[in-house]
Amino acid sequence: MARSVTTGAKIGWSIAAWVVALLIFFPILYAVITSLKTEQEAIAGFSLIPSGTFENYITVQTQRDYFKPFMNSVILSVGSTILALIIAIPSAWAMAFAPTKRTKDILMWMLSTKMMPSVAVLLPIFIIFRTFGLLDSRVGLTIMLTLINLPIVVWMLYTYFREIPGEILEAARMDGASLWKEIVYVLTPMAIPGIASTLLLNIILAWNEAFWTIQLTTTNAAPLTAFIASFSSPQGLFWAKLSAASTMAIAPILILGWFSQKQLVRGLTFGAVK
Amino acid sequence: MGSITLKNVQKHFGEAKVIPSVDLEIKDGEFVVFVGPSGSGKSTLLRLIAGLEDLTGGTITIDGKDVTDAAPAARGLAMVFQSYALYPHMTVRKNIAFPLKMAKMEQAAIDKKVEAAANVLNLTDYLERRPSQLSGGQRQRVAIGRAIVREPSAFLFDEPLSNLDAALRGTMRLEISDLHNQLKTTMIYVTHDQIEAMTMADKIVVLNRGNIEQVGSPMELYLTPRNLFVAGFIGSPRMNLLTGDYAKAKGATTAGIRPEHLTLSKESGTWKGRVTVAEHLGADTFLHLDVEGIGQMTARASGEFGAHHGDTVYLTPDETRLHRFDDKGLAIKA
Repeated sequence: MARSVTTGAKIGWSIAAWVVALLIFFPILYAVITSLKTEQEAIAGFSLIPSGTFENYITVQTQRDYFKPFMNSVILSVGSTILALIIAIPSAWAMAFAPTKRTKDILMWMLSTKMMPSVAVLLPIFIIFRTFGLLDSRVGLTIMLTLINLPIVVWMLYTYFREIPGEILEAARMDGASLWKEIVYVLTPMAIPGIASTLLLNIILAWNEAFWTIQLTTTNAAPLTAFIASFSSPQGLFWAKLSAASTMAIAPILILGWFSQKQLVRGLTFGAVK
Repeated sequence: MGSITLKNVQKHFGEAKVIPSVDLEIKDGEFVVFVGPSGSGKSTLLRLIAGLEDLTGGTITIDGKDVTDAAPAARGLAMVFQSYALYPHMTVRKNIAFPLKMAKMEQAAIDKKVEAAANVLNLTDYLERRPSQLSGGQRQRVAIGRAIVREPSAFLFDEPLSNLDAALRGTMRLEISDLHNQLKTTMIYVTHDQIEAMTMADKIVVLNRGNIEQVGSPMELYLTPRNLFVAGFIGSPRMNLLTGDYAKAKGATTAGIRPEHLTLSKESGTWKGRVTVAEHLGADTFLHLDVEGIGQMTARASGEFGAHHGDTVYLTPDETRLHRFDDKGLAIKA
């Protein structure tokens, strides 16, 4: 028997959902509103109606070039994601289709590294970076972002690969595919939805990563997260400009997320219902 | 060519000896069926031949060449899986062409072979479709097509029909037999269905707990089962296995009589039984009876016999068709 849902309950739940959604989105919305205020308005107190000036955006762009950190963000997030996938696809293949007694332990161990506070390894990482001359370099930061997101990428891919029937890969083996061809021609195309959502999620994670990007860069390799942070400077609080910088920093990823939301949701719920 | 020899083949999964030791000779062009209940090791044995599992011990030779440690593709065998195992992201054409592409064949030659295979299997109209747009029978034919184009020395079938409905199973059974007659290539076919085994095989290998119980032609197994297991497994409905006084009188621990070797009468006979269930199939009726002094028995009557639940029926065994087994379950030779 189908549950009957009254129109009243539907409206009630819709309102509740909108309230929760608004609550989650509010900090971003308020940043956008603040970015359209003057600095005086910004510190004056809570107000949802800005004067609508675009001055902050112009100042931010003229004071510090937005384009360079933007490009850095793109290079770091896309680069680290591709690198992570290149490492993670074969790893996840091995764990999903040729598991050993220790596979579960390795997966847990990988995940456990994500439970550790990043600051705990700041010093050793900093020294390693300094020794190898990787500080404030795109290469160094790409490697760093690859490594910190790799456990999640491997886990996600592992989950998707587990859904693929092993018989299909065995068929490929019987058909004369080498291991590499099996991964390229059969496994990867079949796992495209999963790989795509992993890719998108990882780009978002890498784009928003602030701890390491701020700690390990100064100017040359600084992405948008460091760009935002640079506005909360010792010279004083510039809330409106900070908000303008934030808006500019999150806009690209927001747009990417918006266009790929179908893929993201499909990927994240992949395998939940057979 | 496609003769396959297994010598002392063993497979252990940890402590479990799935295949303790198997010796088997398969001749070129033979249609061999591995049959047995689930867990009998028939699929494992096929996968060992295919190279999808590593042997724990023993050797496998194909056409005189030792392939024990060879990669699956290097053995020149093609396999059809239970789940069809088609590549869902490729069209039928690309599915069938895949093994040829892996063998780095020229595109023109690939196209020609794919067209030829599609023609044999009535798939020409479906070449541009994806597997998801095909019916179960068509998918199975694509899987067979993918196997044919490689011109393997032997085909391996792993319960290929068990996902199909009964009617389609009958048709595909004929198609596979027909294919074997056309290609005359060695085929090894795994099934748990003794009807498939009886109807298709040149040679049946009956497996139980990883051991070969008997190897022989369908009629050999039917007429002279080597032991109780084969006697009970081959033939439908199952053979009646009688212990007790009747068997003792015949000098055996167990006496076996097939349902079709009991003569039925409504007036008189050796045994008196009461019908518990009558299964009317049309031409035949299978009677499940409660027989005095013996217990449950099954008998085959003609469709016109007309017995129903609760009726009393007299049975007389054809004692020339009696099977006798000793206390170890082995057949006693007359």
